[in-house]
Amino acid sequence: MAFTNEQLERYSRNIILSEVGVKGQKKLLNARVLIVGAGGLGAPAALYLAAAGVGTIGIADADEVDLSNLQRQIIHTTPDVGKAKVQSAKETMLAINPGITVNTYRTFVASDNVMELIADYDFILDGTDNFPAKFLINDACVLAGKPFSHAGIIRFRGQLMTYVPGRGPCYRCVFKEPPPPDAVPTCRQAGVIGAVAGVIGSLQALEAVKYIVGKGELLTGYLLTYDALKMEFRKIRVPLARDCAVCGEHPTILKPFDYEQAECDLK
Amino acid sequence: MKLTVAGIPKEYADGLTVAKLIELEQVETPEYVTVSVNDEFIRSSAFAETALKDGDSVEFLYFMGGGQCDGLYQ
Repeated sequence: MAFTNEQLERYSRNIILSEVGVKGQKKLLNARVLIVGAGGLGAPAALYLAAAGVGTIGIADADEVDLSNLQRQIIHTTPDVGKAKVQSAKETMLAINPGITVNTYRTFVASDNVMELIADYDFILDGTDNFPAKFLINDACVLAGKPFSHAGIIRFRGQLMTYVPGRGPCYRCVFKEPPPPDAVPTCRQAGVIGAVAGVIGSLQALEAVKYIVGKGELLTGYLLTYDALKMEFRKIRVPLARDCAVCGEHPTILKPFDYEQAECDLK
Repeated sequence: MKLTVAGIPKEYADGLTVAKLIELEQVETPEYVTVSVNDEFIRSSAFAETALKDGDSVEFLYFMGGGQCDGLYQ
């Protein structure tokens, strides 16, 4: 596949990087990334991945754009209020880069569709809020042998880790099981600064790009934490849990399953 | 004894357990925190009986939700 002049110009800042080059840009154009959640994390990640020329981007979300989303979900604009988030996201991504393919899945992610959703993708980006969804995505990716980026944000803080099969712990190694519904505050209850979502979602996009081009060190075996008030990043080593129920020595989770959802997420 | 807690070296009384350190440090949502000592996870059932020693490095890892707060998941 030869680049067109337009592609060479569009991606010139990628191609000039020795870590990317023509070869890396081809990998990006051939890559398939699924973003679960077109929200605070998914929005910046989707924008940067579309702009970088990730050739096929899937975006899954059942929801519509709400006025209260716009403070952080920068892929949507005021005229998009009421529109399906996946549609609004797709329009913005294609406006930035018409040369990519965006697949939309206007659906809740649950145990009965998660394996099918992730099957066609090389890398999955978890941009969900709630813990049942986070554990579901983790389990599905471990079971299907798919790499994924976990992230979470609250108030002025965020966290991030990357799972690659065989190269380090999964989310469940670190956080054994979801906290009971409503035990841990959510963004809706506790608030979050939009730019924190921007920082962490952009880092997720970076992990996807590094994985695709095969350069640099991923956050496998590390949890990166960010505290915007202290303006401090910490890279904390996280070990494999031998007793992990999904990726450990004697796994008991052999197929994806659903946890009960917290009240907060049911409007 | 000297411990490094969340990256910060501090002095503590000898014989401190993980459970007591969680209390001293006023850890948020202590029932749901993940603790690692010298890069090994300590399961919550063992917090009360795990004694810390001089030079140990302790990390607290917290649950964090995320970007999409609006019923992505049924």
